[in-house]
Amino acid sequence: MSKIKILTKGFFKENPSLILVLGMCPTLAVTTSVNNALGMGAATTFVLLMSNIIISLLKNVIPDKVRIPCFIVIIATFVSMVDLIIQGFVPALSESLGVFIPLIVVNCIVLGRAEAFASKNTVFDSMLDGLGMGIGFTISLVLIAAVREVLGAGSFMGWQFIPSDYNILIFVLAPGAFLVLGFIMALVRHCVNKVEEKRKSKMCATK
Amino acid sequence: MEYILLLIGAVLVNNIILVQFLGICPFLGVSSKVNTALGMGVAVIFVMTLATLVTSTLQKYVLVPLNITFLQTIVFILVIASLVQMVEIILKKMSPSLYKALGVYLPLITTNCAVLGIAIKVTEQPIIAAHGFSIIDSTIYSIFIAIGFTVAIVIFAGLREQLELVSIPKGMKGVPISLITAGILAMAFMGFSNLV
Repeated sequence: MSKIKILTKGFFKENPSLILVLGMCPTLAVTTSVNNALGMGAATTFVLLMSNIIISLLKNVIPDKVRIPCFIVIIATFVSMVDLIIQGFVPALSESLGVFIPLIVVNCIVLGRAEAFASKNTVFDSMLDGLGMGIGFTISLVLIAAVREVLGAGSFMGWQFIPSDYNILIFVLAPGAFLVLGFIMALVRHCVNKVEEKRKSKMCATK
Repeated sequence: MEYILLLIGAVLVNNIILVQFLGICPFLGVSSKVNTALGMGVAVIFVMTLATLVTSTLQKYVLVPLNITFLQTIVFILVIASLVQMVEIILKKMSPSLYKALGVYLPLITTNCAVLGIAIKVTEQPIIAAHGFSIIDSTIYSIFIAIGFTVAIVIFAGLREQLELVSIPKGMKGVPISLITAGILAMAFMGFSNLV
């Protein structure tokens, strides 16, 4: 697989939250505003990148039988670092993301990439993979958050452009998260199916 | 009386899945049949109670006195992971019938963010303000939260069993339609929002 492909496969084709359905808890919980989504995406990308690098460096040292606990300790270390950094420098973000920062530890995306990719590939490839998956996760978070914030709060990244009398409050509340994610996921799957079909029919035509 | 309010609050008002968004993975993953959903629910009640009991004891007698609360995340996740493993081994030896019923769900619970999420949440602020941080309160609260998890996942599994019988557009099949169903269920739970 080419290097570019390793990086970009996480954006759409294997998007962790929209196609692979991993890491649903943060996807639903922190997408009330675009700023929160960006913060969460950046934190997860950092953890993914660093844990992928370290795990692929240590892949020959870690015994196969205890690899999962080892991965968890490595991931938890970086999560604690991110938690402290956010608490120190962006306390407002730490307040609004709350318990979901420490919960990056149990985000299936991070452990999933460690197990499926970083423990088998070279350091550079794992780095690209972590970065790509992190960016893909951020894209989907921002997409959902943009819909929810515009419809629910009438603003984008805090900039209010629809007066608050005309907001559909339910979109920033819990049910809105499920509904928006459901519809966006359906849309993305529909598009992916269409593209696949087109590719298939083209292949038949050239044959 | 305090505890009855706490129960209603944990199960209906602040339902862990539909309001707090913790434990969505098992909620979507093991909810295709009512029976499996019930099994998962019981396993979660069991593990969450034990885990919160152990982690809040650790918080009170180890992390806070030694002033190392910044290690909370690492300590809690390791404790929970090893606890789940231990429960699995003990159940296998002591009660094979219970192990048979819960066994498949136990490994899945390690990655259930609800367990770690509640373990962290109960340390952040006291459950009942007058009591301060109390291990008993935390454990009771975690039982109530786990009951809320079971209620939500069983209702949702019932809905999904019905969903199998209707025809759904191709792109909507599977997870998307489940999420939309969950959204409508969450709307129903919003009706409880001013109960306590």
